[in-house]
Amino acid sequence: MRLFPVRGGIHPDYRKERTSESAIVALPLPAALYIPLQQHIGAASEAVVAVGDVVKKGQIVARSGGVVSAASHAPTSGRVAAVTDFTAPHPSGLPQPTIVIEPDGRDEWAADLPPGIDDPFAADPKAIRDRVAASGIVGMGGAAFPSAVKLNLGTQHKLETLLINGAECEPYLTCDDRLMREFAAEVVDGARVMAHALGAPRVVVGIETNKPQAIEAMTRAAAAFPDVTVVGVPVQYPMGSERHLTQAITGRETPARKLTADLGVVVHNVATARAVHHAVRFGRPLVRRVVTVSGGAIARPANVEAPLGTLVSELVAFCGGFSQPPRRVVNGGPMMGQPLPSLEVPVVKGMSGILALTLDETDEKPSQPCIRCGSCVTICPCGLVPVEMAAFIRHDNLDGAAKSGVMDCVSCGSCSYICPSHIPLVHFFNYAKGALNAKDRERRHLDQIKALAESHALRVEKQAAAKKAAAAAAAAARAQAAAAPLTDDDKANA
Amino acid sequence: MTTAYNDRAGPFTHAPTSVSKTMFTVLAALTPATLFNLWMFGWPAIFLFLVTVGSCVALEFLCVRIAGGSPEGAIGDGSVLITGWLLAVSLPPWAPWWVGVVAAVFAVALAKHAFGGLGQNVFNPAMVGRVVVLVSFPVQMTAWVAPRPLFSAGAPGFVESLGTTFGRNVSLDSISAASPLGFVKTELARGIPVDQSIVNVPGLADLLLGFHPGSMGEASVPLVLAGGLYLMWKRIISWHIPVSLLGTLFLMGTLFHAVDPARYAGGLFHLITGASFLGAFFIATDYVTSPVSKQGQIVFGIGIGLLTWIIRTYAGYPEGMAFAVMLMNALTPILDQHFRPRVFGRTRKGQPLPVKGDQ
Repeated sequence: MRLFPVRGGIHPDYRKERTSESAIVALPLPAALYIPLQQHIGAASEAVVAVGDVVKKGQIVARSGGVVSAASHAPTSGRVAAVTDFTAPHPSGLPQPTIVIEPDGRDEWAADLPPGIDDPFAADPKAIRDRVAASGIVGMGGAAFPSAVKLNLGTQHKLETLLINGAECEPYLTCDDRLMREFAAEVVDGARVMAHALGAPRVVVGIETNKPQAIEAMTRAAAAFPDVTVVGVPVQYPMGSERHLTQAITGRETPARKLTADLGVVVHNVATARAVHHAVRFGRPLVRRVVTVSGGAIARPANVEAPLGTLVSELVAFCGGFSQPPRRVVNGGPMMGQPLPSLEVPVVKGMSGILALTLDETDEKPSQPCIRCGSCVTICPCGLVPVEMAAFIRHDNLDGAAKSGVMDCVSCGSCSYICPSHIPLVHFFNYAKGALNAKDRERRHLDQIKALAESHALRVEKQAAAKKAAAAAAAAARAQAAAAPLTDDDKANA
Repeated sequence: MTTAYNDRAGPFTHAPTSVSKTMFTVLAALTPATLFNLWMFGWPAIFLFLVTVGSCVALEFLCVRIAGGSPEGAIGDGSVLITGWLLAVSLPPWAPWWVGVVAAVFAVALAKHAFGGLGQNVFNPAMVGRVVVLVSFPVQMTAWVAPRPLFSAGAPGFVESLGTTFGRNVSLDSISAASPLGFVKTELARGIPVDQSIVNVPGLADLLLGFHPGSMGEASVPLVLAGGLYLMWKRIISWHIPVSLLGTLFLMGTLFHAVDPARYAGGLFHLITGASFLGAFFIATDYVTSPVSKQGQIVFGIGIGLLTWIIRTYAGYPEGMAFAVMLMNALTPILDQHFRPRVFGRTRKGQPLPVKGDQ
């Protein structure tokens, strides 16, 4: 299959060999599971269980809280010990409402799980979308966007391709690699079901060529299906970015402020495809995920399939604990992952990796003055000029930064990675994006208030005018009434 | 568990790059050519080199100290060594010590630190230093000597050389010779056509190797080129500035020479004389004062090549590289504004790309 060049990018030290040959192992049931109500982009879910409730594995514990939201299910059977605030796996370390489940050790599936759909390709696409929504599936590559919403794109767009993202371009992470090697058939089936739900006639699986075994396994699994193509894409970070993978495979560039769906392409992650397979074929909701536990400070790096809600500290302990004190503990890959405030936070649906990195690996240094070397301009996969945007933001000139394109930045971090002066460029851009979004919200809020105030004033004015008109009409009527007898008399006289 | 884990945003890995690594790679690339130059021009050149680099380092220390920074860190990044080094090799090798010191003051204190230090200067500091002494002390700055390699017959001894660099009574007339570019220019002014005077400059091999009067850095095209290629291989510089600069210079020389050989020197002559190669690979490519985008760098290189040719051909100075670099330095902010990559998903004008079917 012909591939298309993608601008810029970097070639970091991948360090995937530490876990790429470790088969996925299941984590024994921990002592308690912590299910946060916000594990996804969108509205928080709403708890539907109370303290003391007995739950079975797969039973819904929190329902979707809006159009863009996702349900959560009990990852095992047990008792709801609390519905309380608990530290979120977010850099802020702030607490959020969380359902705490004490496992009973029996790990029993609920008896009332929906039945598997025997022939999903004959089923109504809506039935599949509903099943995916009911199963609480979100994008498992890290973004955690509710998958059912994304599967809806076929209703508004004419879709050509479902792109399955197996690029796994982040260093260290191998969970998708292992998933494709060990469960290729499940991934391919899930992908085909999603393509049916989307109305997309073909499926393309993009895998970076540094995962030859995964490419081989997936090619074999897809051999029976002429509508599924597996293609090796260049090892070039950030190949796993939705827009860049789409460009590499279709040669088409997603216009700014549009979706890949506008080009007829929808992108889903391989782990999401497998979750869809389980939901549609067996009626099993999303209750577990594979997490790569790696980094120089982890004694025995591994790929662990853990129940959602497991504490990160239990994952780390399962992997032999720390062999040396880590400098950073990161949720996700080292490029776009978020630092964790503590190990006492739960595994969530979008958590692809837990990395305990040593100072040697993070290579943190104080930043020096920019020497304008232009490396950031050369490698920016979005064609931006990071050096200029950072200069604007440093002077708090957010409008300048916006004009210079900061809202088109995908926060891949390549510029920070390459910068010889160790300037935290992407940190500047994330700050600016947050501040600009807040400004935008504020502006829209003010516009709304203005619109309301104006319509109120208009209404008051109208009412006053109506009153005046009514008064005038009444006065006229009175005057007419006073004059009427005379007129009648005149008529009578006539 | 402490919250010291999350006091910083990602990425949590970094390329093995640093400012000092970049700067010291440039110095390494300059070393072979410079050692050759120092050998060729002997002790006076070595003294002048040490005085110039030493003054630059001392001034850096002083300026950073005054500004309240860390002088050790500033010197450790290696940038001032490059400035001093390039400045030293752009001077006539037997110039008196104070020329190096004055040039250093203008290069480091004025061109660099008055503008805000590393990364903030508009003009290439070494070229500012050179141009200031060139226009202020034309006698000393055009007193070229023929190469007298160290330890060869006729080369000045150590003590004698101390007198040349630090003494007061150097008879410049007795030692001075013209650089090839200067010679051709003076002869043309006397009415002797270029095609006749050019046969009297050193041969092609001598021009290439640098066995002719000139400033240190003008010698030895092969070693400068080797250093430049090393920098490209190390990805410190890219081909854009050197190729567009040398290409333009060569093209202009060749074209006009074809039209009127009596008036214009050829493309090859322009390439291998003067500071063409040193300028193209080591001076014009200075990060701080050149455009950040590849598109801008090509325009920048073409501009320097063109201006160098114009100054050499029509202006009063035989060599125009330093002026050309500074003129294009002044344009760099504008080039940065106008020559930039196309943003992903947008047209060159910044509008979102049209979606198929709804133009």
